Amino acid sequence: MDTELQKTIHRSMLRIRRFEEQILEVYTSGLMHGLAHLYIGEEAVAVGICTALRDNDFITSTHRGHGHCIAKGGKLDEMMAEVMGRVTGICRGKGGSMHIADMSVGILGANGIVGGGFGIATGAALSAKLRKTDQVAVCFFGDGASNQGIFFEVMNYAAIWDLPIIYVCENNQYGEYTATDAVTAGDTIADRAKPFGIPGSTIDGNDVEIVYEAATEAIQRARTGNGPTLIECTTYRHRGHHVGDPGDGYRSEEERQEWQEKDPIARYKAALMNSGIEEIELDRIDLEVRSEVADAVEAAQGAPWPGVEEADQHVYA
Amino acid sequence: MSTLEKEITFGAAVKQGIAEEMRRDKTVILMGEDIGSAGGVFKILVGLHEEFGNERIIDTPIAEAGYVGLGVGAALTGLRPIVEIMFGDFMALAMDQIVNQAAKLRYMSGGQATVPLTIRATMGAGRSSAAQHSQSLHAWASHVPGPKVAIPSTPKDAIGLLKTAVRDDNPTVVFEDKMMYAIKGSVPEVVDPIPFGVADIKRPGDDVTLIATSSMVLVALDAAEELAKGGISCEVIDPRTMVPLDKDTLIESVSRTGKAVIIDEGCQSFGVTAELASVVYDGAFDYLDSPVVRLGAMDVPVPFSKPLEDVTIPNKQDVISAVKRLS
Repeated sequence: MDTELQKTIHRSMLRIRRFEEQILEVYTSGLMHGLAHLYIGEEAVAVGICTALRDNDFITSTHRGHGHCIAKGGKLDEMMAEVMGRVTGICRGKGGSMHIADMSVGILGANGIVGGGFGIATGAALSAKLRKTDQVAVCFFGDGASNQGIFFEVMNYAAIWDLPIIYVCENNQYGEYTATDAVTAGDTIADRAKPFGIPGSTIDGNDVEIVYEAATEAIQRARTGNGPTLIECTTYRHRGHHVGDPGDGYRSEEERQEWQEKDPIARYKAALMNSGIEEIELDRIDLEVRSEVADAVEAAQGAPWPGVEEADQHVYA
Repeated sequence: MSTLEKEITFGAAVKQGIAEEMRRDKTVILMGEDIGSAGGVFKILVGLHEEFGNERIIDTPIAEAGYVGLGVGAALTGLRPIVEIMFGDFMALAMDQIVNQAAKLRYMSGGQATVPLTIRATMGAGRSSAAQHSQSLHAWASHVPGPKVAIPSTPKDAIGLLKTAVRDDNPTVVFEDKMMYAIKGSVPEVVDPIPFGVADIKRPGDDVTLIATSSMVLVALDAAEELAKGGISCEVIDPRTMVPLDKDTLIESVSRTGKAVIIDEGCQSFGVTAELASVVYDGAFDYLDSPVVRLGAMDVPVPFSKPLEDVTIPNKQDVISAVKRLS
């Protein structure tokens, strides 16, 4: 892989990580309402997939969606303002963390319903096919969503109609506070594509170049009219289910430590340095990102709330 | 009837509305169960598949949540899908897609998303189809902020409202009473789109206002005809759309007549008759001579056996008795 692309990928993962760390800060300081669901630890999945997509390709995201949205081209200042409920937010404060959407870069929305993106993404793929463009759709979903009935419905649709879609499962081992293994039949989630004749694979979701490779192959398959793919990415969230959830009661200290050591960003940094990129350059990228995020927080804090007259606007087109 | 008018069935009108929109706009597609080569389970769509082909008339598997969800995604990204829910009862299977997705995407995205999806669903009992194939659930769609809701009662209204639904950039649910598909009515040669939020006075009158939806409009008109022989003049109003609702026409009428009977095939409780009665009370309280009478379906699952089913649906005699008690 070309070193410029590698640095772009590294920057993208850092933008997610530093953004999420600031969300935690903002939450703990009582500066945001509601909850956010942090993507810390899973950055390689969003970045590996979205780096291989075009601006006019579509994604649907989850309640844990900041990572997907940043990787797909969402602007940090508009996202931070949205999480803080300001009118300068990408959704004018109407949606909040779980419903961040940016149609200008194909982000059809984070979704507060587990599995809520399946129908939308598959419909976007149908639309691309019928309109005869070579756009593709990516549906991000978690191990929890893999047990929703709609998952099986859309895989059937995607298979019978050869839809240009990639279903990306982020298996972070837990659905909220429940271990995935306890509630999910079968050996892997990737296997669930088999009955539909859809190619499915399970990969190391914490190795961003492996994810990127798998994404490129699946996207190529979709773009050339050869149908859907299911990619299961094994990963882990370092924090709890939502901000404020310590994430420890149901997960052992050893397990969390084991996964900390597989941190995708630390791993990638080490790999890049190994291949000859100077640490000082990577640290410079981190400083730039931290500054970008800090600016976003400051701008959001100073931004106005929506006027109350907006409460009944934007229901209808 | 002028030479420029013709008599067609409600079912043929539905087909005509769909076909005209599909000819006019290539982004309009139709998805649903058995709507392609089979021409629909009610046989009202015969010919569409032949004219428009596989890429625009799409037979789906029996998976309502899936194809309604796909309709949402396709609407979001450049198409104007019409999806058919064969029996309105099956809306229950697709409720997340309708309520949590289609209805809310525009608002939650601060106006970025546009979802020009049309959902056609059937309603109406009276065919001995029993509880899971006979419900009229238009109140469900009307209660969620987001979707518009249209309920045609005549072939002309079917064409006009369907056209508006397809052209409207918002999700719209159009309820068609399956019991009316064979009933005829006259339509002009060219049917223009009928704006939403405009009620239609199907029969002007002075003594009592009958507000009715869907097939109950025909029930109300039959009752009005008979009551007229006895010297009672009924004004029959068809709201045509629940959302947006033309409150002004309903209020104006009741302010004149002082009496209202509301007839709707949804259940009596927590539904359309309750909502419309509230509208009348809010707007015409000072002019009411008596309480508003609500005639909805009995609050029971629709029974199978014919004598039982018949007694759960409001009928002409119910309307006549209600009006006579008021007079």
